[in-house]
Amino acid sequence: MIDEKIFKNEERAIFALRSLYRQYGYLPFKMSKFEEYDLYVQNKDFLVSDRVITFNDTSGRLLALKPDVTLSIIKNTTDETGCKQKVCYNENVYRVSGSTHQFKEIMQTGLECIGDIDILDIFEVVALGAQSLSLISDTFALDLSHMGIVSAILDEASSDELFKKEAIALIANKNIHELRALCQGYQISEESTSAIITLVTTYGETTQVLNALCGICKSERAREAYAQLSALCTYLEATSYKNQIKLDFSVVNDMNYYNGIVFKGFLNGIPESVLSGGEYGMLLQKMGRKSNAIGFAIYLDLLEGLEGERCDYDVDTLILYDDATQDIALTKKRELIEQKRSVSAQRSIPSKLRYRELLDLREGESK
Amino acid sequence: MINVALPKGRLGEKVYAMFERAGYECPSIKENNRKLIFENADKGIRYFWVKPSDVSIYVERGAADIGVCGKDILLEYSPDVYELLDLNLGKCRMAVAAKRDFYDDNQKTLKVATKFVNIARGFYASKCRDIDIIKLNGSIEIAPILGLSDVIVDIVETGTTLKENNLEVVETIVPISARLVANKASFKFKTEEIEKIVESIREQVENND
Repeated sequence: MIDEKIFKNEERAIFALRSLYRQYGYLPFKMSKFEEYDLYVQNKDFLVSDRVITFNDTSGRLLALKPDVTLSIIKNTTDETGCKQKVCYNENVYRVSGSTHQFKEIMQTGLECIGDIDILDIFEVVALGAQSLSLISDTFALDLSHMGIVSAILDEASSDELFKKEAIALIANKNIHELRALCQGYQISEESTSAIITLVTTYGETTQVLNALCGICKSERAREAYAQLSALCTYLEATSYKNQIKLDFSVVNDMNYYNGIVFKGFLNGIPESVLSGGEYGMLLQKMGRKSNAIGFAIYLDLLEGLEGERCDYDVDTLILYDDATQDIALTKKRELIEQKRSVSAQRSIPSKLRYRELLDLREGESK
Repeated sequence: MINVALPKGRLGEKVYAMFERAGYECPSIKENNRKLIFENADKGIRYFWVKPSDVSIYVERGAADIGVCGKDILLEYSPDVYELLDLNLGKCRMAVAAKRDFYDDNQKTLKVATKFVNIARGFYASKCRDIDIIKLNGSIEIAPILGLSDVIVDIVETGTTLKENNLEVVETIVPISARLVANKASFKFKTEEIEKIVESIREQVENND
């Protein structure tokens, strides 16, 4: 029987999440550490960071240490009408970290649902995202957005790609003052400017935000996206996470790949999002596929930042012994371990070892 | 408790005054000592003075929930934070400056001395201009005088330092002012408290306009 106290936050999460995903029919997917570099070059913009660690294998092929899991999973699925493939994974990826600009090994766990997906699948994935966070911490938040709404409103405002790119970046930072200036600079109509600003200023409880959005979703595309978001929110309202799920359009992703629901999850005490997900049907279209897909990843390395149980000692007992007392030390050690105590036997006291109790068996030392 | 990172110096003092007027006073901050952290538990606020260029780091990493820093820092380091308000304080501009007799010879690589490597690189990349960046940490103005660079990219407030060194602004890259930024995760868990502060400061900014 394993004592759960010895698990780190991320280790505990791996087991809890795998068990959760298996219950919903997501099968574990094990992939190779390397992939052909070409896979990433063709879909460079889909990657969180476009810097990849590459090397030549023994036959001279250019390989990469995988910076992403989704692309490898997509490659291994097929299109089947009315069906979807559901996989979950726990893998390390290698990316440049945003704040340090250095390569970092990131432990990810997550799931992907690829195929003929409908609103129930979208609901299932978003709800599993919320449930995953709830298994890791009691205080969490899941922010939902819809790229269909964001892109429809920006397309109505202007067809200029540079404008849309800059606007998305400002929406992501809730930067209203510069959004206004940008719209002015591109001579965007007052109506469109106001709709874009509404996207930033309206966030929070789902019903309230949906009411506020109703008036700005005018085009057919925007209305379709709005209807999908409303339907999803209705399903989510019936879950026990309804108070933790909010709408916030500052959650955005590349419009060239993400066309529907996108979401990010946060845990209290961790300064960045620990979960990131969304519907990425356009990536599959670019790869010549008919399927749609949705999934999310949880960055387990960030869970180190969560407060765990503080341990003031490395071992319960430190036994000190010498040549004359080594047999007694061995017996003592065995006895203590049988009593479920942790023990370290040493010839002198290690400088960094913290112990609860010292048992000095050395000759001439007090016992 | 809301943690606020304030930039040390005159700008930080002006910003603190805005927080004070918004009802988030912390009298101990005005005591003449070397303390860097000040707290008013009743008001649920804690201030700390940090180097202006470090404010965005404290906020991005969550040590501060909100903070105030110059747009120059946000453009240079692109921290993943919400930029909630333009405070219209500390107004200046990021500009290209050169010696008065400077002639931009497009046939040669332009040598650019600056503290703001990313801003300079982005600016010249948008013009497809080949440049050689020389990263300096201070006294940028002397680079063109000593022939170290052709131009400099730096913050210009009044232009007095440039004038005194026989330099002039060739081109403005972007206007700069102080911005109120927030950590994205903190904003999720302390939404109401942060919104309350932002609204009260927004009113002051709008009244000053």
